[in-house]
Amino acid sequence: MNGAVEKATGGKGLLYQGAEWNFRVIRDCYDAIEEIAEEELGLDAFPNRIEVITSEQMLDVYTTSGMPLTYQHWSHGKRFVSHENAYRRGLMGLAYEVVINSNPCISYLMEENSATMQALVIAHAAFGHNHFFKNNRLFQEWTDPSQILNYLEFARGYIARCEEAHGQEAVERILDAAHALQNQGVHRHSGARRIDLRAEQDRARERRAHEDRSYNDLWRTLPVSEGAAPPREHERDALRRKFGLPEENILYFLEKHAPKLAAWEREIVRIVRLISQYFYPQPQLKLMNEGCATWVHDRIMTRLHELGRIDDAAFMEAIHSTTNVITQPGYEQGSTSFNPYALGFAMMKDIARVCVDPTEEDRRWSPDIAGNGDPLGTLRHAWAEYRDESFVLQFLSPRVMREFRMFRLLDDTREPYLLVDAIHDEHGYRDIRRTVAASYDPSTFYAELEIVDVDILGDRTLRLEHRTKSGQLLAESDMKLTLRGLANLWGYRVVLDEIDAPSGKVLASHEANASIGG
Amino acid sequence: MEIIDRRSNPHGKHLENRRRALTRARDAVQRAVRDAVANGKIREAGQGSAVSIPADALHEPSFHRIFTSGSRNIVLSGNHEFSRGDKIRRPPGGSGKGGSGSGNASDEGGGEDSYRFLLSRDEFLDLFFGDLELPDLVKREIATTEVTAPSRAGLSNDGSPSQLDLGRTMRYSMARRIGLGRPKPEELIEIEARIAALEESRPLSAADVDELEALRERRSVLRQRLNRIPWVDPVDLRYRRFAQTPKPSTRAVMFCVMDVSGSMTERMKDLAKQFFLLLHVFLEKRYKTLDVVFIRHAETAEEVDEETFFNDPRTGGTVVSTALEELLRVQKARYPSQHWNIYVAQASDGDNSTSDTPRTAELLESGVLPLVQYYAYIEVMGSGAIIRGDTDLWRTYRGIAARNEHLAIRQVSDRKEIFPVFRELFARRPATQGAGA
Repeated sequence: MNGAVEKATGGKGLLYQGAEWNFRVIRDCYDAIEEIAEEELGLDAFPNRIEVITSEQMLDVYTTSGMPLTYQHWSHGKRFVSHENAYRRGLMGLAYEVVINSNPCISYLMEENSATMQALVIAHAAFGHNHFFKNNRLFQEWTDPSQILNYLEFARGYIARCEEAHGQEAVERILDAAHALQNQGVHRHSGARRIDLRAEQDRARERRAHEDRSYNDLWRTLPVSEGAAPPREHERDALRRKFGLPEENILYFLEKHAPKLAAWEREIVRIVRLISQYFYPQPQLKLMNEGCATWVHDRIMTRLHELGRIDDAAFMEAIHSTTNVITQPGYEQGSTSFNPYALGFAMMKDIARVCVDPTEEDRRWSPDIAGNGDPLGTLRHAWAEYRDESFVLQFLSPRVMREFRMFRLLDDTREPYLLVDAIHDEHGYRDIRRTVAASYDPSTFYAELEIVDVDILGDRTLRLEHRTKSGQLLAESDMKLTLRGLANLWGYRVVLDEIDAPSGKVLASHEANASIGG
Repeated sequence: MEIIDRRSNPHGKHLENRRRALTRARDAVQRAVRDAVANGKIREAGQGSAVSIPADALHEPSFHRIFTSGSRNIVLSGNHEFSRGDKIRRPPGGSGKGGSGSGNASDEGGGEDSYRFLLSRDEFLDLFFGDLELPDLVKREIATTEVTAPSRAGLSNDGSPSQLDLGRTMRYSMARRIGLGRPKPEELIEIEARIAALEESRPLSAADVDELEALRERRSVLRQRLNRIPWVDPVDLRYRRFAQTPKPSTRAVMFCVMDVSGSMTERMKDLAKQFFLLLHVFLEKRYKTLDVVFIRHAETAEEVDEETFFNDPRTGGTVVSTALEELLRVQKARYPSQHWNIYVAQASDGDNSTSDTPRTAELLESGVLPLVQYYAYIEVMGSGAIIRGDTDLWRTYRGIAARNEHLAIRQVSDRKEIFPVFRELFARRPATQGAGA
């Protein structure tokens, strides 16, 4: 350890000058950054893999939310086209970085970036995001970074084989219906979370092999028995238990119990479910993840400058770029949400400040961290243990609310106006903080639907409930399309009731039938 | 840490996905493409361009809530004038400010109400022409393979020096040298140096004399072998061989024949022009080189340039046969039918001097039709001409068309009809007919 430090101090001097970079420069920057990240900031990241790509390849990466590979589907083509158009028309600069939550952690560097930007991206993605991926509890619980790339490879191959065997159209029908239910594909409130993706692949292979072995065409010719006795209530209850109802994970339920799906169709539903589960934590952690990465890169670039490893011009470029990223437009510029980079970075910086240099107000608001003298430990703890909602509830300080000049509106559709019911002052801090935190609550992103009953002894109608409030029903045209897809997967009639959560009153009821041959 | 340079990896990973998106939205895209063409921009349109399609053609539904009524709180940033209790007028166009409730309406493509596809020229034309095809294209292409092109056909032992395959020749040479045990020149040089050294030194011991003797012996053996086994021998030589293979002709000529007599109004000419343009784009897509010949006729016919063809009116009677004669003359002089795929598009209002009609029919059936791939005749009518008898020319052509499959005739009276007529003319034939090809 000492040797390494000495060697590093021995090799001090500018890492590069000007905008040009080469692989030597990247390696040197990486080593210098790694030293700061590990020894000064105490970050603990997955091993890194850095890939240099062109802007065109960056567009590809974008399209699949940063996944280096994925199965073929038209929706990816659609995303690609809209990114490509936006890029070509100059509406969108390409992001400087994309990083993948995998082990090893893959970060992409674009070849057009200047040397400073490459260093900044390494600090931001390869250490900031990477540390966050590895240490945040939610990521640990929900994702399996060491296997995701293999699993995607498997999914791609599997779906390609299905297309070969059953035709692209048949596969697409399943994928479309399953994609629509992506947000209903996790066990949010219960059950096992992290899935061993390697075991998943083995299991899929075994299932296939078993089917091939046990296939017997004779079964198809058996006469269907008829005239079952009408079920009694306790039998129904037993059945409901057997099916694990109520069930919020619709994709899981379909995969296990849909009567008409063929084995390969179940496997596709499963693939969609597992991949959507992998992405599930990301929207709940966007604020913290970006805040963490931005704070880390800002800190590292500053240290590099202080240590004389980058010159003033490079440092100015880094500051300039950070400033661009953390711009928060006000409501007058049409902004209706917070830039996660801006708010995240501001909160991280604020936490570090409160730890070492608290004001009287900070001591009142966050007595447990104010003046504890350990900003890095406090931040690392927050990065590991919180998600956006709880993080805001815990750490959004009056100072940051003032900096952002936050104010709260009450939007009551019965009133002809919007009421300002809290601003950044002593009366308003708590209200504002609560509302900002609530806006990061996953239940605001996802409609909460449950399968409540299935009439397995009768006509096999599947019943779902959406618990909501009056005035917050599901968007109708989308709901109808999704419900139709769901009915096709289930194979029979599907009924969806929208229930007023407090009173239990049914606000609306919809149904869809499986289309013939679906 | 590892750094991987991926820049040379294949690009365009999503081309297949893009193609699928296009296929999915095919109807919408096709409509957009045809609109683009109908708006009279065929020249630019044919060059490939961007089309926008409505977003719902590629919509991905999901279950999501939207806020329509009730109350909710929104926190915004950038306050510099409000205090608690202030009331703000609702921004026009919707309840609330499109906050969290509807913000998740569609995570991707949010706010986009249409998608733009940047189509390549080929894609554009493919979509535009849809399931159209050139009649008898294949048959005639194969039948007219007069052009040949050299193509690789292995190796040979002789040939011109310019076709020497150096790599292969040297490989054979080396194999032969090793096989026959040609000594290395370095060995000879070494021995000669040693001999020279020994000859210099005096006095020579008995051992030295013996060694010198042995070395001289060895030297002469090596020299002989080196001379006997050449570095490159004629048997080593290999030449790339080329064979002449027939190639289908990819050249086509399109004759545009139009009546420009006084009876053709500007509007009728415009209709004809549309038709010619469509045919031009269509043919251009299939042939590497496409020539266009413009022949206009009134009482007499002449070959003119495009500008004159469309814009320079003539007066007088109409003698169609003159145009066909001119066509045959040009064809004989410049476009021998074994080298060229020949297409003719004729537009006329159907007028012809009565005495000329038999001659026209004769020329068409025995002179022109045997030479051409396809002959399309469209008769343009004035807008008021819904009730009107068949013209002389129409009746004549109809008779010939009944006997000749590759003569197609249609009547057109409005700009909107041009494309459907075109489609109809070139629609993919049922397989039974194609089987004859």
